[in-house]
Amino acid sequence: MPDTVALPPRSRPFDVRYMPGFTSMAWLCLIGLYAPLLIMAFFSFNESRSVTTFTDFSFRWYQIAADNAGVKDATILSLKLAALSTVFATIAATMAGLATTRTRSFKGQAFVFAVINQPLMIPEIVTAVGTLTFFGIIKQVTGIQSFGFLVLAHTVFCIPFAYMPIRARLEDMDLTFEHVAADLYASPWKAFRYVTFPMMLPGIIAGAMLAFVISLDDVIISLLVAGAGETTLPVWMIGQLRRGLTPEVNAISTVLLGVTIIFVSFFFFLTFRKRK
Amino acid sequence: MAIGETTATGSVPTTQMSGREATAAAERRSVRKRWLLVSPALAIIGLVGIMPLAIIAVYSFLSPGPYAGISWDPTLEAWLNVFMERDIFDETLGINYAHASIVTRSFVLAFVTMILALIVGFPTAYFIATRPDKQRYLWLFIISLPFWSNLLVRTFAMMLVLRDNGYINSSLIYLNVIEKPLEIIFTNTAVGIGLTYAYLPLMVMPLYASMEKLDFRLIEAGYDLYGNRWKVLWRIVIPLVRPGIIAGCILVFIPAIGAYVTPKLLGGGKNLMVGNLIANQFGTSRDWPLGSAISLFLMLMVMVALIIYVRNVISEADKNA
Repeated sequence: MPDTVALPPRSRPFDVRYMPGFTSMAWLCLIGLYAPLLIMAFFSFNESRSVTTFTDFSFRWYQIAADNAGVKDATILSLKLAALSTVFATIAATMAGLATTRTRSFKGQAFVFAVINQPLMIPEIVTAVGTLTFFGIIKQVTGIQSFGFLVLAHTVFCIPFAYMPIRARLEDMDLTFEHVAADLYASPWKAFRYVTFPMMLPGIIAGAMLAFVISLDDVIISLLVAGAGETTLPVWMIGQLRRGLTPEVNAISTVLLGVTIIFVSFFFFLTFRKRK
Repeated sequence: MAIGETTATGSVPTTQMSGREATAAAERRSVRKRWLLVSPALAIIGLVGIMPLAIIAVYSFLSPGPYAGISWDPTLEAWLNVFMERDIFDETLGINYAHASIVTRSFVLAFVTMILALIVGFPTAYFIATRPDKQRYLWLFIISLPFWSNLLVRTFAMMLVLRDNGYINSSLIYLNVIEKPLEIIFTNTAVGIGLTYAYLPLMVMPLYASMEKLDFRLIEAGYDLYGNRWKVLWRIVIPLVRPGIIAGCILVFIPAIGAYVTPKLLGGGKNLMVGNLIANQFGTSRDWPLGSAISLFLMLMVMVALIIYVRNVISEADKNA
């Protein structure tokens, strides 16, 4: 690609970049994306039962959701599940990142990338029913019935999301520091521990956050793979939505939305902070 | 741990042991270490991500079990049942209109979603790409943020908007535009709107990535040669960002055609898509082989989309490199 030279716009009365209507479309897109979410959050603070007429501001529905034993159990389970799969996925992704970056192209590189990105290529419902049958067989043969199955299923689709920022971070890193460490007689472990690891840490944290959010968001795989009594928060919500809409679901949704916004903002901050 | 080895492959190895053998030995060691490091990721995905696909591939050639699951009775019946059905009286084969309509609906809805997302996403991505640097990142962040939030939450928000007494209908009634609420929710239109809403950020991101690299001198040249805005857009901008358009379309099409949550919540019981059909086979219908066959059929459709992507986008990138 040729170098892109930004033209100084001030010297031109005719803006070559301008396209009629595009600006309004972008703003419309922004409003369209956020309006439903904002309205949903707004009605979670409604005093009355209605999700359409706002009567009075209150935290009533947050209180009701917090007191609901089903919600409490589902939240704890979701957090446990997300935390465990994040740890496993981030460790696997960090190791894979170290092995696949900063080298010349190697034999089997395409294969490795294809496998790591596989969970992104397959429609989620197919992965879900596949995992369901696979664990079905294991349960039948061994009789094991464990929460670990759900953790494994989540780890699989968290790996590519954790891998992306870790890989990006490693590729941006300057190799000279590591060479210096090696020149100063640091053992490979010490060089990794004191030079490489601290430098790649923002990438690892960013990857872990994406993995956590992705695990917390998952509906389909949890819905199909979860055993009896393993109700994650989204699974509880989808059950609730079939029964009717109350601001309780608004309140839970708003909290989930808030958690995602905090995590993803932090992720962006870590990733797009002034790069060296 | 890895670092000594990985850097050794990247640079000229510091030879203490002189000679080619030492280099070859180091090379071998680094290759071994590399595979050791990627093995956990490969093992987890291989075992719990890829192996299950092989299992449903096998299941699709077996017969359904008496209650659920399968019985080891090889047959092509499941594959046949994807589009055909046997008459219960005379065993003659006919087209299964229920399945055919679900597959057609999925395809059409995914395609419409893709086009709608392109119509909204293209100007948005162009607008973002023409902002000053600082504003660009802010815009990208704001546009992609909803995508990371829970799909269920976003679909629920859409339910509140599209319901009979939802915000659209109540505002229109309040403004005296309509008297009775429009029936939007539980229609194909609602599913289309919901899917577009859910996957729009996936269209904007790759489009932006292409447009960021756009050489505006070419656009200026187009104007100098008496092209109007429309001609410049159609003959210069669109051909230049074609890889981004294709990438965005594929990224939207794939999750849209396999959607489960959106048609379930916004389509009601009657506007099913392939994703719901598959889930039903493993749930209430208890026909695992048929569910497996439909899953593989869905994967096939996705594969075709991916091949189009690879042939158009990746080969183009190679040409340019």
